[in-house]
Amino acid sequence: MLQIRIHGRGGQGVVSAAEMLSVAAFEQGRHAQAFPSFGSERTGAPVVAFCRIDDREIRLREPILAPDVLIVQDPTLLHQVDVFQGLQPDGYVLINSKRSFDELGLADIATRFRHERLITVPASEIALKHLGRPLPNAVLLGGFAALSGLVSLDAVAHAIREKFSGKVAQGNVDAASEAFEVVKNEMAELAHAQTD
Amino acid sequence: MNAPIKFYQTGTFTVGNRLLSPEQRAVQASPERSNALNSGHRACQGCGEALGARYAVDAAMRATDGELIAANATGCLEVFSTPYPETSWQLPWIHSLFGNTAAVGTGIAAAMKVKGKLGTRVIAQGGDGGTTDIGFGCLSGMFERNDDVLYICYDNEAYMNTGVQRSSATPYAARTATTMAVGSEPGATFGQGKNLPMIAMAHQIPYVATATVADLHDLEAKVEKAMSVHGARYLHVLVPCPLGWGSASHDTIRLARLACETGVFPVFEAEHGEVTSVSKIRHRVPVEEYLKPQKRFAHLFGANGHPDMLAKIQADADRNIRRFGLVDEVAA
Amino acid sequence: MLKQTEGSHAVAEAVALCRPEVICAYPISPQTHIVEGLGELVKSGALTPCEFINVESEFAAMSVAIGASAAGARAYTATASQGLLFMAEAVFNASGLGLPIVMTVANRAIGAPINIWNDHSDSMSQRDCGWLQLFAENNQEALDLHIQAFKLAEELSMPVMVCMDGFILTHAYERIDMPTQAEVDAFLPPYEPRQVLDPAEPVSIGAMVGPEAFMEVRYLAHAKQNQALLRIPQIADEFARRFGRASGGLVRPYRCEDAETIVIALGSVIGTLKDTIDDLRAGGMKIGVLGIQSFRPFPLAAVRAALQGAKRVVVLEKSFCVGLGGIVSTDVRMALSGMQLHGYTVIAGLGGRAITKASLARTLTEAAADKLQPLTFMDLDWPLVNRQLEREARMRRSGPIAENLLRDVGTVASKVI
Repeated sequence: MLQIRIHGRGGQGVVSAAEMLSVAAFEQGRHAQAFPSFGSERTGAPVVAFCRIDDREIRLREPILAPDVLIVQDPTLLHQVDVFQGLQPDGYVLINSKRSFDELGLADIATRFRHERLITVPASEIALKHLGRPLPNAVLLGGFAALSGLVSLDAVAHAIREKFSGKVAQGNVDAASEAFEVVKNEMAELAHAQTD
Repeated sequence: MNAPIKFYQTGTFTVGNRLLSPEQRAVQASPERSNALNSGHRACQGCGEALGARYAVDAAMRATDGELIAANATGCLEVFSTPYPETSWQLPWIHSLFGNTAAVGTGIAAAMKVKGKLGTRVIAQGGDGGTTDIGFGCLSGMFERNDDVLYICYDNEAYMNTGVQRSSATPYAARTATTMAVGSEPGATFGQGKNLPMIAMAHQIPYVATATVADLHDLEAKVEKAMSVHGARYLHVLVPCPLGWGSASHDTIRLARLACETGVFPVFEAEHGEVTSVSKIRHRVPVEEYLKPQKRFAHLFGANGHPDMLAKIQADADRNIRRFGLVDEVAA
Repeated sequence: MLKQTEGSHAVAEAVALCRPEVICAYPISPQTHIVEGLGELVKSGALTPCEFINVESEFAAMSVAIGASAAGARAYTATASQGLLFMAEAVFNASGLGLPIVMTVANRAIGAPINIWNDHSDSMSQRDCGWLQLFAENNQEALDLHIQAFKLAEELSMPVMVCMDGFILTHAYERIDMPTQAEVDAFLPPYEPRQVLDPAEPVSIGAMVGPEAFMEVRYLAHAKQNQALLRIPQIADEFARRFGRASGGLVRPYRCEDAETIVIALGSVIGTLKDTIDDLRAGGMKIGVLGIQSFRPFPLAAVRAALQGAKRVVVLEKSFCVGLGGIVSTDVRMALSGMQLHGYTVIAGLGGRAITKASLARTLTEAAADKLQPLTFMDLDWPLVNRQLEREARMRRSGPIAENLLRDVGTVASKVI
């Protein structure tokens, strides 16, 4: 079972991101479960959403305490909420930011995990380019597809088209695709850096 | 029947059907009337509500050719009309709860609509307690949605069935079990009461009317008028209660008439929030004539009386007359 | 057809397939998505003929359903928590009159303190009113139970509550298999009322009944629930044959055959329990879980039969009888009278507190070793509670309890769980 935890703030589409991820997994013939952790809904308040993906029926309902994947939609959360709590040593981390892990002040934390699985991507900026609004949720899913290979970009695009329509859907698909490329390149660079 | 024929007879209060052509006679005059509230019910001698309900429901049955369903609130009418294992009702009738009658009516109307039974109409009826107090929320909801229900309130101005406790329809100064005639301001002292007909008008519903058991033709005409339109409609009927009002059982109709003639109970019609007709007072009388036969106002009179409270009641009646134009300047 | 969708949308679609004729709805978290979904289907014409009425309160919602059902229409509504309480008078009225209304209860805690998260206190507060109460383990069962509920309700002429955990199920995206209209039509015939307001055959419904017959009328409600004990498994079997999956029924045992310890639970926590049981079994413990799908009527015989070989029963419930202990466990105890079993009540998840595999494993391990107290509150913060009790002992003006506790707990938003 793959457990993904998405952190963000109210209004950034954190819950939709988890839902789209579950739809993408369903597209690929897998079982998926997505649900939010509810606080009183308020724009700007920290929000967490969860997604489980498996090849058999998912019966577990507890919040994801030991995620395999962490997606952080808003870097201002990094020093406010312990987003890394419970993250598996082999875990993937994708953070929405122009800056690198080191520049974000996460160098220490990074040492606990596999550094080639820790990626930042400027999702808000990419979204702004394709959507006119800095809504990073679907974009980050494109990045996640590249980072982990655990969902395909096609499935992500399908999920986006189920949730949105018309220009908004296309914009999100384009943005997700760009994020996919950006992350792919970043990973290649990281691999090079290691071998150098 | 477009213009109600007004009768003015001295010395007797008979309705005088024999002077009208057959199609203008009251529903009650006909042996073919549905008698929807059949005899055998357990109402008190002189009960205004039993009279009002029989008049109103029979009129509604005629107007709908018997295609009528009634919802009834808890209260005197419900209790005395269905003493287990008997029922007086000759039409389909449901009693649910005290405060939900308007909503039950909404549900029945919705069922008729969805089943395409557009000719089957719905009335919801209750006393003042079930209408102005506990039923107020559901009533307002029904009005706001303009559901196709005629709501009839039989107002005897207190919770009679439970022992005469005050409701928001209890008039100023009236003695009830919870507004006793003791102290410096005896009887009910809460403002001027909740004016349901005007609140109904504020919802801009198609038809609102007030009536009393003193004028059978008027009441029947208003029910017929109400049933000729669709949407939310409200009829407020003053029904004296001999027990609760402390009046003689033979005075029920007379007191209802006096309530109108004093201006205490304005009789009018309104459509979409505008008054469209009023019943003029032919022979205006001071409020004392109306209040004296009722023991619930006895504390206002006599050596330990309250002329100031009497004056307030008179002033309220005067205001009603002015506001609704109940007295023609010429006639006065 | 397989879909990945939110629980409430699945329920809305399933209810629509049942051809409801009058839907009346008042919004309350967490059921709102269900009625919004249905409202859209009616407004777009996809669900027709159907009257969708936006009522002004939950009391009105149940009252409109009463009027509609008494007039012969298939009626549906949904609520939760405070809303269920607000309509309580009408809830009793509906079952007292024998009207086959179906209502979704998106289980949510009852205040004060106000709490929008899941537990079973709402439907439990109405467990004696005569409504049948069915509990869904997951979203597939939630949608299936609504289809079964209409059939059950109309056959018996009794209203049915379908309970699904608020947020945990209503707001969870899961894979579900949605039946076709043809499949539902074949399973659920049009509503044929036992009593109906019809000018062609007038009846009076809702008369006062005094001491001479009241007991008999109430007994008949009980007799109907006893009939339901037979019909519920039969309907579930028919459903399984037509739709190809097990859903509903009275109870569902999981790995109980040779279990020494059996955990009893209702609703979505059964899923988490199954995973926990698998882990514990792998470690050698002989443990199983018995899910209860029908809470009212309470399946005394089925529960008793399932527990025949066990040494101990742990009732894990999201409900609480203040001043006594468990609600479900009290009912279970009735099923086990005369049997020699250790009984444990574990109150968990009140007000939406997460029930984790780790806590369950720890608690059940203690139970299996008979080291558990008869009544425990899982994951209760004892220092927090004790601090408040001390505070109250020290001073009269100790302030609102909730405020004091929240101040002690600290900023909730900075926590992950």
